[in-house]
Amino acid sequence: MSVEFSPGLTLIFGSLLVPVLRGRMRSAWVLILPVLGLAHLSLLTPGEFGIVSFLGHELVQLRVDRWSMVFGWIFMIAALLAAVYALHVRGALQLTAGFAYAGSATGALFAGDLITLFIYWELTAVTSLLLVWAGGTRAAYRAGMRYVIIQIASGMLLFFGALAQYNATGSLRFEHIGLDGPGGWLLFGAFGIKCAFPFLHNWLQDAYPESTEAGTVFLSAFTTKLAVYALARGFAGTEILVPIGAAMTAFPIFYAVIENDLRRVLAYSLNNQLGFMVVGIGLGTELSLNGTASHAFAHILYKALLFMSMGAVLFRVGTIKGSELGGLYKSMPYTTVFCIIGAASISGFPLFSGFVTKSMILSAAGEGGYLLAWGVLLFASAGVFHHSGIKIPYFAFFAHDSGKRCAEAPPNMLVAMAATAFLCVAIGVYPAPLYALLPYPVDYTPYTASHVLAQLQLLLFSALAFSVLMRYGIYPPELRSTNLDFDWIYRAPLVRLVRWTTRGIRNARGALNGVVQTGAMRIGHFILHESAEGRRLSGRWPTGSMALWMMVLLLAYLILYYA
Amino acid sequence: MKDSSKPASSAREYWLDRPENVRKVYLAVWGLCILLLAVELLLHKHTEVPVEKWFGFHGFFGFVACIGLVLTAKGLRRLVRRPEDYYER
Repeated sequence: MSVEFSPGLTLIFGSLLVPVLRGRMRSAWVLILPVLGLAHLSLLTPGEFGIVSFLGHELVQLRVDRWSMVFGWIFMIAALLAAVYALHVRGALQLTAGFAYAGSATGALFAGDLITLFIYWELTAVTSLLLVWAGGTRAAYRAGMRYVIIQIASGMLLFFGALAQYNATGSLRFEHIGLDGPGGWLLFGAFGIKCAFPFLHNWLQDAYPESTEAGTVFLSAFTTKLAVYALARGFAGTEILVPIGAAMTAFPIFYAVIENDLRRVLAYSLNNQLGFMVVGIGLGTELSLNGTASHAFAHILYKALLFMSMGAVLFRVGTIKGSELGGLYKSMPYTTVFCIIGAASISGFPLFSGFVTKSMILSAAGEGGYLLAWGVLLFASAGVFHHSGIKIPYFAFFAHDSGKRCAEAPPNMLVAMAATAFLCVAIGVYPAPLYALLPYPVDYTPYTASHVLAQLQLLLFSALAFSVLMRYGIYPPELRSTNLDFDWIYRAPLVRLVRWTTRGIRNARGALNGVVQTGAMRIGHFILHESAEGRRLSGRWPTGSMALWMMVLLLAYLILYYA
Repeated sequence: MKDSSKPASSAREYWLDRPENVRKVYLAVWGLCILLLAVELLLHKHTEVPVEKWFGFHGFFGFVACIGLVLTAKGLRRLVRRPEDYYER
């Protein structure tokens, strides 16, 4: 038996039942729905299905191949784990939005054409916005506004990129695009925004830590990995991705060291981990692309686990600032252990998931002769252990005892963390089932004596550096602060400029009123005149410049939002 | 604290509460690092990149990278740190 509609739709339509049901019925449905999703995946057969005609074009709603399946499996598993973690939440908003969001992202994975991709792409933006807003604070509201404007800008670029593709080739299929292809740069920008490329990255650190304890677990899994998937399909072997990815692995870790909000530290390290995957896409070999796919798989699990453990702390203590925490291992011993398993996995300790996936990308870079990129990735591997592997557990659960005492995390959270931790260890100990899911045949042995020794040396000497810096009081303490990042540009000077300008305009408005009115009438006449057949405005405008103007409009909206 | 129904007992003294035990952990990290260097003497390494052949390369690299990372981040903090409510004012 084969199913011919997208598994994304199962989750999206299933999510609509969540607010209708109450009490135990709802809890049961929340657990059944992702299991139905998993069953749906297991019934899929390779091929293209759900082909509908839209304005004379064929849209492929369900393309099943090895790329979409490996991401489909992990998206569905992540939805299940996040749902268990969120079972204690009373309102229906987070679980409804969470499933709709997971479903949209899954739908995008299986989209065989750019228009279907675009529709799901925008749906992920809107549904995830609800999760950011679920944070319920003024800061969450404002971060959500910034977030959705940037996400929709990404969607606009995707839309115009698709049109440019269509104009040039007559096809809307989503295959390899490349930068030389028509609309290549527009689509590259669309995927790059969602993938948090350098300077396009701040929406991630801005919005994710503002959501609720459960909302952030949902958020951490889907949007950015969907972007990784899209890049892998459209831009595998695009060499510029190697320096871009390398920069992504390196820059965020400096911020992670000095950031006080521990979930924001995790957002920076999420950005750093995406960098490894982007390098793998840029290298474009079977080994490196397998590395990207498997690293995305492992990453979704350990990153969710880390966000779960920090969410549990936030839920019990009411804050997640490193400067206010410490000594919680006494109150939350299980959460501490799960957090350490997540930390060991992201750091790539042998026998944990990160080790068997990240090493593929590093090996591909080394063997391919990308020595500089290899060195940066090695630096980032040491750095990620430093800030995610040590800093997160250390400042939350150990460090100086803050004197805070609380209950252990609720049972549903512990179950979710235990299951996720189990998967992190299982992949690390026995990677064969994961390797069997990857897009290309795997001919790679992670556990060689040289690999294990090299990785252990790297990690333990990093731990030694941390211990020495701590012991001699050189390590920067956790301080209450806001650290300026690239988003400062649109959160401070641009805002001031707009406020200053609008004030000026308001003052001058009285004087200008008459002038503006006659001016507007003249412009109106001009447009009417020029739109006539054969005149300037009646010609075809290239979609690229349309996209540019849409971006200008969105940017203007972002700025006016503050004014 | 959102849920104070089951506060854990805090009267108990934990192993890590004693400074001499923290010192033991610190020395254990040193011990493990030295052990890993010793293992390298016994192992014939297979490498992908030329520099990996150098004795203790990964250990040395990790140590220097992390010291460099933290010192640079400290400098960065001087540059980018603002009050917590910076964007809300």
